[in-house]
Amino acid sequence: MSRTGEGPEPSRDGDRDHTHVAFSALLEDSAEELYESAPCGYLSTLMDGTIAKINTTLLNWLGLDREDVVGRRRFVDLLTVGGKLYHETHFAPLLRMQGELRGIALEMRTARGARLAVLVSSTVKFGSEGDPLLIRTSVFDASDRRAYEEELLRRRKEAEQARAEAEAAHRQAEADRQRLADALAVLQRSLLPETLPRLPGVETAVHYHTASPDRLGGDFYDLFPLGDGRWAFFLGDVCGKGPEAASLTSLTRHTLRTSAHHDPAPVAALTTLNTVLHERYSASGDPRYCTVVYGVLEPGGEGRPTTVQLASGGHPPALVLRAGGGVDLLPTPGGLLVGVLPNAPVATTRTTLAPGDTLLLYTDGLTEARTGPTRASLYGEDALYAFLAAQAPATAQELVTALTGLLKGFGEGLDDDAALLALGVPDTPAHPLPVSDPPR
Amino acid sequence: MDIRRRNNVRITGAADGPVVLLAHGFGCDQNMWRLVEPALAERHRVVAFDYVGSGGSDLSAWDAERYSSLRGYARDVVEICEELDLRRAVFVGHSVSAMVGVLAAEAAPERIGAMAMVTPSPCYVDDDGYRGGFAREDIDELLDSLESNYLGWSSAMAPVIMGNPERPELGQELTNSFCATDPDIARVFARTTFLSDSRDDLARVNVPTLVMECSEDVIAPREVGAYVHAAIPGSRLVTLDATGHCPQLSAPEATARELLGFLRDLQ
Repeated sequence: MSRTGEGPEPSRDGDRDHTHVAFSALLEDSAEELYESAPCGYLSTLMDGTIAKINTTLLNWLGLDREDVVGRRRFVDLLTVGGKLYHETHFAPLLRMQGELRGIALEMRTARGARLAVLVSSTVKFGSEGDPLLIRTSVFDASDRRAYEEELLRRRKEAEQARAEAEAAHRQAEADRQRLADALAVLQRSLLPETLPRLPGVETAVHYHTASPDRLGGDFYDLFPLGDGRWAFFLGDVCGKGPEAASLTSLTRHTLRTSAHHDPAPVAALTTLNTVLHERYSASGDPRYCTVVYGVLEPGGEGRPTTVQLASGGHPPALVLRAGGGVDLLPTPGGLLVGVLPNAPVATTRTTLAPGDTLLLYTDGLTEARTGPTRASLYGEDALYAFLAAQAPATAQELVTALTGLLKGFGEGLDDDAALLALGVPDTPAHPLPVSDPPR
Repeated sequence: MDIRRRNNVRITGAADGPVVLLAHGFGCDQNMWRLVEPALAERHRVVAFDYVGSGGSDLSAWDAERYSSLRGYARDVVEICEELDLRRAVFVGHSVSAMVGVLAAEAAPERIGAMAMVTPSPCYVDDDGYRGGFAREDIDELLDSLESNYLGWSSAMAPVIMGNPERPELGQELTNSFCATDPDIARVFARTTFLSDSRDDLARVNVPTLVMECSEDVIAPREVGAYVHAAIPGSRLVTLDATGHCPQLSAPEATARELLGFLRDLQ
């Protein structure tokens, strides 16, 4: 109630009268009555803990009679055993050292054996010489507060337990992930040759990009000797991505390699592959397919040019960058996806490579890279042809280096696997060194 | 490892006097000795320290496995003796520290020449034919009390208190800091203290030993004092007219008088 200004209004006067009456009643309350019936427990002890004075509130809480307590019991006698231990190891020493202690949680034992959770504060009263005389202690019933704290403690323990379990699970997951990554790395190495063999009179270069984070690509290539001086090579793209594509890639690669040794003719190799894939997948209701260019290269010499026979199943056409500049497309119209139909037509073509010519096989990850500010348009074949025309003539390595730079420039726009295989006849075929980019 | 810093070692008193090593027990730190230290320091070189995990020690040196055994605490004592090159020091151990002293004296007999045990107990839990004063459940109750009271310890303040042994005033200004302990560490110390059984070690004590007990002590009752006295060959038992477990605080003059008497008789 505030007193403001002069000449208070009648209603305020009325309030003040009422307050006055209440205050009078309070002032008539004796100090003794306040002590005995306070809403908290009070007790005073000698320095050795002997209880000298205790209020009615605390006696009632504990169910004890004054005459059984005063002069007969010490403060620690009112505590549970755990409380006694805590009192002797923490409470009493601190109180001696500091002269006061506030809000310590202890448990008291009632006459009927029940526990009473309390918060205890004590101060030491010192004599004029600074000598400790007695200890005054107030006791608050903290049952609800303690229940709440125990709940918090319980929750904290649960949270710590959960965190420990989560950390263990995370460590396990990390170990599993590493194990899986190691296994995938082994598998991935089985999909591609680790290095390309040396071809006499031919320079080779490859680049391989996988879009999937597990490094299992759906593109593939290979180059291997047929044993009669000729070399077989292929490059392709299976449908899908990730582990399932990798499984298909593995089957495709090994089928082509095997059939090439049986009958190296390009049409025969792709026909065998079509039969195998169709039997394995489409016939069992799970159609999967690939596009592939397969070729046989016969190195030239003694006036004979290097010749290349190609067969394609639904794959983007191979190209040749000519020594004199310009780019030749090697279209194979009519070739269909390999593995879809029981008897797929295979289109063939052939070309010769003069010194300075370079043959390029690529997968459509290159031409279907998304470009433009919004990544809305595809890079496209026309752009690729224009890019290649600007490079020609180029050695296999120069060409792959330029295209690798192009791929890098697509950034996020390159969201599919991409494979490049270049075979070039050097101008001066003195050192037929294979140059290859290891699979990445 | 800087042992002096790790254990917050503090040296006072007569530089060339006989060495008294003061070891606190479970609960609070070396400040427990503050009321008897001046009397001892008049003619003795007084070395006080905190066990790793307590008071102003380096908490980063704490290791749950090492400090789950009284031998871990005894290693602290031996390492301090070696660091200061103490020889035939008088080890004064309060409560559980008396048993730590027994292990330290056994491990490094040349370092410890005598022992004063203040309210010792070799085993707090009752056993067949032995009364330590407590049941196993009582110890669990104490552990609950530890969880309910942090005594001013908080993870945020701990680095300030614990990491500044060269500025002890920082810690001492904080309420309850003498007994403020990381709850996880306090729990380990409590279990080690109250669940250890060192009764068999007492018979091997072979240095002059003073056993001090209080007339009223709920933690180490008089029959425990009598047990320790009987178990250590040639020990002297003194019963202080004092209440509680910490006579060095509740009856500092009497405690200092008995300690000085024991120290005098050693010479």
